[in-house]
Order: sequence, then structure tokens, then C-alpha cells
Amino acid sequence: MKPTLLDWLRRNLFSDAFSSLTTLALLAAALWWLPGLVDWLLLQARFRPDAAACAAVNHAGACWGVVAEKYRIILFGRYPYEEQWRPLLATALLLTAILAGSLRLLSRGPLLAAWTLALPGFLLLMGGGWFGLSPVGSDQWGGLPLTLLLATLGMLLALPLALLVALGRQSSLPLLRGLCRIYVELVRGVPLISVLFLASFLFPIILPQGTSVDVLLRVQAGIVLFAAAYLSETIRGGLQGVPAGQHDAAAALGLGRWQALRWIILPQALRAVVPSMMNSAVSIFKDTSLVTVVSMYELTGALSLALAGDAEWRSFQLEGYLFIGLIYWIGCYAMSRFSRGLEQAGSNARAMA
Amino acid sequence: MQGRRRRELALQALLAAALLGALWWLLDVTAANMAERGIRSGFDFLREPAGFAIGESLLPFESTDSALWALAAGLANTLRVALPAILASTLLGTLIGLGRLSPNLLLRGLCAAYVETLRNVPLLLQLLAWYFVVTDLLPLASEALQLAPHVFLSKSGLAIPWLGGDSGVLDLPLRGEINIVGGATLTPEFLALFLGLSLYTAAYIAETVRAGIQAVPRGQSDAALALGLTRVQLFRLVLLPQALRSIIPPLTNQHLSLTKNASLAVAIGYPDLVSVANTTLNQTGRAAECIALIMAVYLILSLLTAWLSAWLERRSGRWAERA
Repeated sequence: MKPTLLDWLRRNLFSDAFSSLTTLALLAAALWWLPGLVDWLLLQARFRPDAAACAAVNHAGACWGVVAEKYRIILFGRYPYEEQWRPLLATALLLTAILAGSLRLLSRGPLLAAWTLALPGFLLLMGGGWFGLSPVGSDQWGGLPLTLLLATLGMLLALPLALLVALGRQSSLPLLRGLCRIYVELVRGVPLISVLFLASFLFPIILPQGTSVDVLLRVQAGIVLFAAAYLSETIRGGLQGVPAGQHDAAAALGLGRWQALRWIILPQALRAVVPSMMNSAVSIFKDTSLVTVVSMYELTGALSLALAGDAEWRSFQLEGYLFIGLIYWIGCYAMSRFSRGLEQAGSNARAMA
Repeated sequence: MQGRRRRELALQALLAAALLGALWWLLDVTAANMAERGIRSGFDFLREPAGFAIGESLLPFESTDSALWALAAGLANTLRVALPAILASTLLGTLIGLGRLSPNLLLRGLCAAYVETLRNVPLLLQLLAWYFVVTDLLPLASEALQLAPHVFLSKSGLAIPWLGGDSGVLDLPLRGEINIVGGATLTPEFLALFLGLSLYTAAYIAETVRAGIQAVPRGQSDAALALGLTRVQLFRLVLLPQALRSIIPPLTNQHLSLTKNASLAVAIGYPDLVSVANTTLNQTGRAAECIALIMAVYLILSLLTAWLSAWLERRSGRWAERA
């Protein structure tokens, strides 16, 4: 017999007394709250960048006009206004490269080429100083491109470091093993803010005089060091998950230690931990918001820059937070869906094997 | 074998030499830089008066007290927000995690939406938004919202009944002319941090709890139901004891990261350890010392938590065997 709508309702919403009560309570709550929410979000909301109109509504409706008025500062921070097509283009370039990589639009060779073009392209566009583009110092970079740069470069540079540390922890040299372990435990034990403080206050003191490293680079280094510690634990898990028989088989085939690592162990270990690495990527993406604390104007910092000092608009910060919250959410949700997809594909492949 | 051992020893000696060399070079450069800029070093500043006030403090603190005492007050403030937030996030997270396994579609969907929303937005952004809501969108103290008898919420914070006061045992907050008088007040900074940390971490704990319960083989539930156990009994006697074993390690990890995340207090001006250390750093210029102190305290907290987690794991193992 075909299940009817009634069957479906009974199974999902009214399976027993408690479930029925829950359903009724939630429906009642929805009836109570939803109209007000829709009112605030849409019906009473003001969409035009008109501060007087927004003030007149007095928070009975959202003031999305704040986004319309301020989106340039929120998205690009203090980047010179006339030149903002450059960060826009740079962001598009980086996003395209990321999408091309994750959706497998390109095979390995072209993908590598795309990446080697995208990152320098991004930096050249942002920094300028060539082809008649005016130079823009990294202290003026901000908003979404800065967030993307910190996250992407953070992940790309942390990966090789994490791999080295993970291998170091399996080394036969006790000293190397100990050092790698200390690094990982130390970094994982402290909050990211303290690492960022280290990068912004301490790096200038410990570098030789005359070499001034700009703050973006220092903060980026801090993020890389932080992320690598977490990633290396993930990779170590993958390495430990490779069955001992694989090592033995590789040795029996006459492969050397490095050959076995390169062709047998690493491909299996890394493939197994791709989903958890994606989770780390989500964390890094969210964690870039912390650089606000050391006075950099990435997405979160740029919002405060745009609104906190503006008497006319500052009372509509909540709408601003919701707007950039949505940007972060889209990025994180896309990454976690992607990771779940990979996990699914992995378990399907195992089931077929 | 002998040759390999010797080679390993030589490699390690080389590594140690390189490390010491790098360290020596680093210290040398640092010393030169500090001499050049006239930065003094050492921990003597800890005994000198702090010279700044702390917005709120569990420990009695005045600006003439030592910097060390200021940092202690900061640590106390960290724990003051972290411990209640750990409790709240664990309770809420457990409920939401169970909700995600409910047979009711609406409840399941609602809990999933909660987790997916809160986890995918940076905590700092959530804290800033909560802080803005509390300090800007709530009414003034003169028009405070009354949530319950003697509980008032306004821009100035949450006034709640507290022990002590003139009347004897309980000091009840009351509406005054312009302000709420009496009781204890939780500041907007504390409220925003507590709310933000609890709600954010609850989303992660919900996932931990869900995964832990789903890890118990299905046959266990079927067998228990076949034996005639009710759903509550099934949960209390069969699922929970087995799930706890796999839940406790990641759960303590969540508690630890909540405590580390409490350091975001610096962004909204709640005087936690990091915030106080940051002020001290700016006043004394002792960057290395202040950062080292922050890191040392957090490392000790991490070690303590790891130890506690191992102990709990052993306990829960025993409990599971008895049940």
C-alpha cells in the first residue's frame, strides 16, 4: 500500500503523545513569532539608504538601507574608493580559483596553473605599483578580500608545515619528535588571540633591526602557525589510520622509506582526512575575524569601521552584523556541505571496493 | 644497526646545535633591539601598582594594587564567565543534541537549524552583536524590562536578587527613580560574553552528543525496546552510559575551547585575563612577559582539563560496566 500524507504526518509529527504536543507547541510558537519576524525583516523594513526614514521606523523594521549606504566600506575597508574595482576583481579571481579546485572543474595541471596565477594576481591587483596601477599599502587592505586572503593563504601555507610536523612526530629521532610535540601542544593549549598578540607585538622585537615586516605578513604568519598545529593533529590521525600491512607491503616491494611515504602512505592518509581538513578550513575562515583585535580591518573590523563612528547610522549595527554574518555563513556552510559530500563519496567508494 | 644508531645520534646533535644557534641569535637580536628602544625586561613590574581600574571584578581590586593582583582578578573574571557558560552550554547543547535525534520532524529541523546557524558564524561576530543588542537596543534603566519579580533587564545590565543587603538574607532589586537599586547587577559585558559563549558552544556540544548517541549500535536500542524498556529507561540505562564514553573526551575539549574563547572578551571590554594582560602590556611595554603569562595560564588550564578528562573517562568506564 502506498503511504499516504496522513501516514507521513503520523510518522513525522504525531508519532506519540509527546511528539504531538511538541508539534502543537512549535506550531503555536511559530504563529506567535513568525509574523513579527517577517514584519521586521521585510514588511516594515527600509531598503533605501535613507537614515531619516530608518530612524522613523524606530527598529520596528530592519534598516537594510545601512547595507545599501555602507556596503563599499564593509566589503573593502579603507581601500581607496576609486580603486575598489581592484579588490572586487581580486576577490572574484580568488573565489574562481577556489571554486575551480573544489568543484573539480579543471584537471590537476590546469588547476595548478590557475592557482599559481590567482594568488600572485590577487596580490598584484591589491598592491598595485605596476601597469599604471597606483600602489596601495597592505595597511589599507580590508573587508572581504582581506578575510579571503588570510583564510586561503593561512590554509595553503599551514598544510605543508602541518605535514612536516605530523611526519616529525613519527620520526625515529626522539629530539625531533619531542620538538614537534611541544609545538603542537603549546599552540593548541593557548587561545588564538595570544598568538596574534605575539605576532603583532613580539615579532617586531625579535627580528633584526632594519627588517620591518608589515603587520599583514606578521598576522598571516601567526594564523599559519596556529592553524598548522591543529592540522598536523588531523594529518597525524590519518597517518596512524593507514594499516601496518601497507608499510610492510611497500617495504616488501622494495620501496624506500620516502618512496613508500610518497606513493603508498600519504595518498591514503591524506584522502582519509580531507573532511576533517575542511572542518579546519571552516575554523580558519571564522578565526580570521579575530585579527580585528590587532587593528586590521577585515570583514568584521570593516563593519565597525563603517558604523561605530557614524552617529547617523551607528544604531543600525545589528543589520550590519546580520549582513556580514550571512557572508560568513554562506562561506562556512558551503565548505561544510562540501566536506560532507566528500565524506559520502569516500564511504561510497569504500563500500564499492 | 650500529651505523644507523650513530647516524641518528649525529642528526640529533646537529638538530640541537641548530636549535641552540637559532635561539642564541634570536635572543641576541632581541636584546639588541630592546636596548636600542629602551625596553626593560623582567617580571618586576608584577609587584608594582597596576595603575588602571578594572570595570568589574570578583576579587577586590583597586588601581593601587599590584599588576600581579590585577592579572589574578582577570583570571578570576575569566573563570567567572567560563564556568557558568560551560554549565549552560552543556545543558542546552545536550537538549539540542537529543532534539536532533527526535522522531518529530519539526523539532529535529529546528535543532538542526540552530546548529547550522550558530556554528557557521564567527563567535567574535556573535559576541559583538550580542553586546550591541544589550547596550544599544535594550531600554534605559529607568524603563527596564521586568522579566520576573525582582529581575530587571536594561542597558545597564541584568539586576537579580542576591545574598546580603540591609533587609537580611536576600537583597532584592527594585525600581528606583532613574536606576534599579539593590540586588546584584550582571554587566552588559558579562551578559554578552556569557550569552555568546554559551549559545555558540552549545551548537558544538549538540553535535558531540548526537554523534555519541548515534555511535551506540542500533541493535542496543532494538534489544532494549524488545525487553520492554520505556524510551526514558532506554536512554538512561542503555544509551547514555555507552554514549558517555565517547562523548566525554570531545565534550571536555569543547569546555576547554570555550575557556580559550573567553579571551574574546577583550573585544567587548570584559576584563578577563587576556584583556587585563593586554592593558598591562600597553602600560608597561612588557610584551614578551605579558604574552608569556597569558600562554602559561592557558597551558596550565589545558593540562588540568586534560587530566580531569582522563579521570572522568575512567570513572564513566566504571559506571558503564556497573550499569
